[in-house]
Amino acid sequence: MSAARRCRPPRAMAGLFVWHLKNTGIRQVPCQFVHLCRAANDRLITFQYFNFLKRMYVTQYNKDLSQRAKPKSDSVASPFRELQQLDQEKKVIHKISPISPVHQPLSETSSRNELREMASAAETEDSVALVRAESKDDRQWKEMKLRLDDLPGILARLSKIKLTALVVSTTSAGFAMAPVPFDLTCFLLASLGTGLASCAANSINQFFEVPFDSNMNRTKNRPLVRGQISPLLAVCFAASCGVPGIALLTLGVNPLTGALGAFNIFLYTCCYTPMKRMSIANTWVGAVVGAIPPVMGWTAATGSLDAGALLLGGILYSWQFPHFNALSWGLREDYSRGGYCMMSVTHPGLCRRVALRHCLALIGLSTAAPVLDVTTWTFPVISLPLNLYISYLAFRFYRDADRSSSRKLFFCSLWHLPMLLLVMFTCKKSFLEKEGKSDLLGGNHGRAVEIGLP
Amino acid sequence: PPPNSRSDWIGPPDKHSNLRPVIFYVPPEESPLERRLREARQEAQACNQRFWAQQNRAFRQEKEEFIYSRLKAKGLEIRDDTGKKATLNAEEMADFYKDFLSKNFRKHMQYNRDWYKRNFTITFLMGQVALVRALRWLRWKKKNV
Repeated sequence: MSAARRCRPPRAMAGLFVWHLKNTGIRQVPCQFVHLCRAANDRLITFQYFNFLKRMYVTQYNKDLSQRAKPKSDSVASPFRELQQLDQEKKVIHKISPISPVHQPLSETSSRNELREMASAAETEDSVALVRAESKDDRQWKEMKLRLDDLPGILARLSKIKLTALVVSTTSAGFAMAPVPFDLTCFLLASLGTGLASCAANSINQFFEVPFDSNMNRTKNRPLVRGQISPLLAVCFAASCGVPGIALLTLGVNPLTGALGAFNIFLYTCCYTPMKRMSIANTWVGAVVGAIPPVMGWTAATGSLDAGALLLGGILYSWQFPHFNALSWGLREDYSRGGYCMMSVTHPGLCRRVALRHCLALIGLSTAAPVLDVTTWTFPVISLPLNLYISYLAFRFYRDADRSSSRKLFFCSLWHLPMLLLVMFTCKKSFLEKEGKSDLLGGNHGRAVEIGLP
Repeated sequence: PPPNSRSDWIGPPDKHSNLRPVIFYVPPEESPLERRLREARQEAQACNQRFWAQQNRAFRQEKEEFIYSRLKAKGLEIRDDTGKKATLNAEEMADFYKDFLSKNFRKHMQYNRDWYKRNFTITFLMGQVALVRALRWLRWKKKNV
């Protein structure tokens, strides 16, 4: 039975990897997942979806979106694509077929290399085919008429739906970590409200950045840049998502969450987006934008801003820096030409120092988690190797300051966050335990009484 | 775009500015409001085109000059033995990127302010035009019902 259990997650993981690989071509570390499987088998299966979305989130970042935004993660997220921007769905289909034979030997390191090779081979053929298709399409004149059947796809790209999904998953992580009994309606309302707010913020961001987006490789296929939708429609869409989203949060969840959501939209669209071109401080603002959704999830559950909420926010805030700084290291030319003020261009030393500093801060924050009663003491112990590894890569980045170390750090950050949050969840302190029960949660036994999703 | 089309057409990205040019359709019974909108969009398009074409051209040129001067300082030729163009790695280019960004900072600030203003005006005019058209359509429907 346990063997069967162990088989299922790896296959599902492979599905995730494939999807993920399509997007970034990164090297997966299947081994880690197998370990995690053994650690928390049943819970892991439940969190497939959760993990998957997390990945999309990290992958999608671009500061330019980067952002981070949650909604806003744009800032971090946006710049993220250092490879060609291929955000077409067909890619997934292409990718899955060549990679499926590699499913089975996931737990061996050799499979890692195979996966990598196949992934890169598949990716290059796909990217060549897609680029050819795209450029042929590009060279034609198109009528600027809105077609209703294209509209859902256009709106999805306008609202950066994948990034929004990741933002919503960080919010649900915040909700899940809150020490209160799980309330499904509240959870759904909070997720929906956050998702709508994120769509609105992303749309406004794209509305502001049309000429800049057309000059950067990563973003030149956005709907407004290609004229598939008029600016007026983009603004109306943003309003029709933002207003109901915030109203839903304020009235359906609680006013605090609504206020945080509105503040985050404001921070992302009116502070972060213009600041990208004015000063390097935009990265810090973007990190705050990214840190707010889990705080929102927590306040949605508990109704108040506790230390635990701030801790989760702090973890996400610190994570943004290695992620974004490593990403932006490879985009310096585009940023310079486009007039974006980023640390990697103007203050490269600071860029690397900050990334290292915040990786070390993650270690500190993970240790603070049990002190604040958010998790048990197993969390700092289990997360220490993760945090040390990313700190090591950040140190290499600091010392070497070259493309390969920045790529390594960036790709590490992509799986580091989902893993960290997952481990955090499995080490969550049961609120029953806090009432004096001596049951050890630890996260290994599927006790129904434990917090948790249904 | 075909001559009998009744909508705007958007083309492939321009070689110099990377912006997509738009050919605007001028309806025979264009109202003053609609004309203002079209002219605002044309002006914004021209301004953007000018700015980015010039920026990109300057960037390419200065990059070439930088590479040339650095290669000379290192004692290398522009083209190596195989005839390929010699390039500097990212770390060496970093100085150039930093320089270029700071040199053009004020120009970018000015362009930003300009672009935001134009963007808001155009969108606002679009809203007005859409509203007027909607009211006109409602009035026509009421008349025909």
